[in-house]
Amino acid sequence: MNFFDRMLGRKGSNSGNVAKNRLQLVLVHDRVDLSPGKMDLLKDELIQVISKYVEIDQNGIDIALTNSNRQSCLTAQIPVVNVRK
Amino acid sequence: MSATVITITSGKGGVGKTTTTANLSASLAACGKKVVAIDADIGLRNLDVVMGLENRIVYDLVNVVEGTCRLRQAMIKDKRVDELYLIPAAQSRDKSALKPEDMIAVVDQLRDEFDFVIIDSPAGIEQGFKNAVAPADRVLIVTTPEVSAVRDADRIIGLIEAEEKGPADLIVNRLRMDMVKRGDMLDTDDVIDILAINLIGIVPDDEHIIVSTNQGRPVALENGSLAGHAFRNIGLRLMGQNVPFLTFEQNESFIKRLANFLMG
Repeated sequence: MNFFDRMLGRKGSNSGNVAKNRLQLVLVHDRVDLSPGKMDLLKDELIQVISKYVEIDQNGIDIALTNSNRQSCLTAQIPVVNVRK
Repeated sequence: MSATVITITSGKGGVGKTTTTANLSASLAACGKKVVAIDADIGLRNLDVVMGLENRIVYDLVNVVEGTCRLRQAMIKDKRVDELYLIPAAQSRDKSALKPEDMIAVVDQLRDEFDFVIIDSPAGIEQGFKNAVAPADRVLIVTTPEVSAVRDADRIIGLIEAEEKGPADLIVNRLRMDMVKRGDMLDTDDVIDILAINLIGIVPDDEHIIVSTNQGRPVALENGSLAGHAFRNIGLRLMGQNVPFLTFEQNESFIKRLANFLMG
């Protein structure tokens, strides 16, 4: 961004960052050949299976595909409700 | 002598594989290495025009494989640099005219005589790509800082790993520092961060490439072009030298910097 842009309060669209974020997301799914749609199905089934055994807090569930140095990892954070209080 | 066989590939078309092949081949030959460039893009021959050798083709790679001519007869000698040769692709055939074993057999005949065999891969991930990668000792992946090119590069990296030809190295081509500075282009660091692969070269977007391609003379053979300088540096790195990456700002005068500051 140049001097005049800054003086006039104009900002770059920062589309480079948008590109980076979009790429990181799409590649996470590309690398394991698991589309976001299939990922949702996986989440639902996973929740069903776990619910058979323990009561879980549906609102606190976080299931995500992550990538570190080209190694993909499926992480699931599933809060279990404590029955005996 | 035992050649290093390097395949230049990308997945996506139009990111600069052929330009990179021509310039790295010329750079290495200009450093005194014995180099042969092979156009593996059967049916879409282009390395010959980029290198300016199109008028001297008699035989091609498919002729060699089919035994119509001897390997030596299909090798065109570049007259501007010592010990630079081109084996052109066939133009009127398609990718099925070659098999990976054919490429390995041809390249094996060249290994004793040359320092470097540089193979220009076709775009895509099918037969032509597999042919080009089969004989490779090293693979260089060319990308531009755009979502489509980077995504395809990622796919290629996976395939190279599956073929046990990795780890590949990356060339980021056509970088525009002005756009990176205003946040409108992926920076090299972003691309490396996303792809998690070793960087071997950054080539700036440079009008000289178009001019030199018009003339059929690789820009790496000229002084005064930043892209040419960047390609020569990649050549040195392929020869094992440790050369720092260009910053693309080193030659700017104070006036130019002031103008850039004011005008963008």
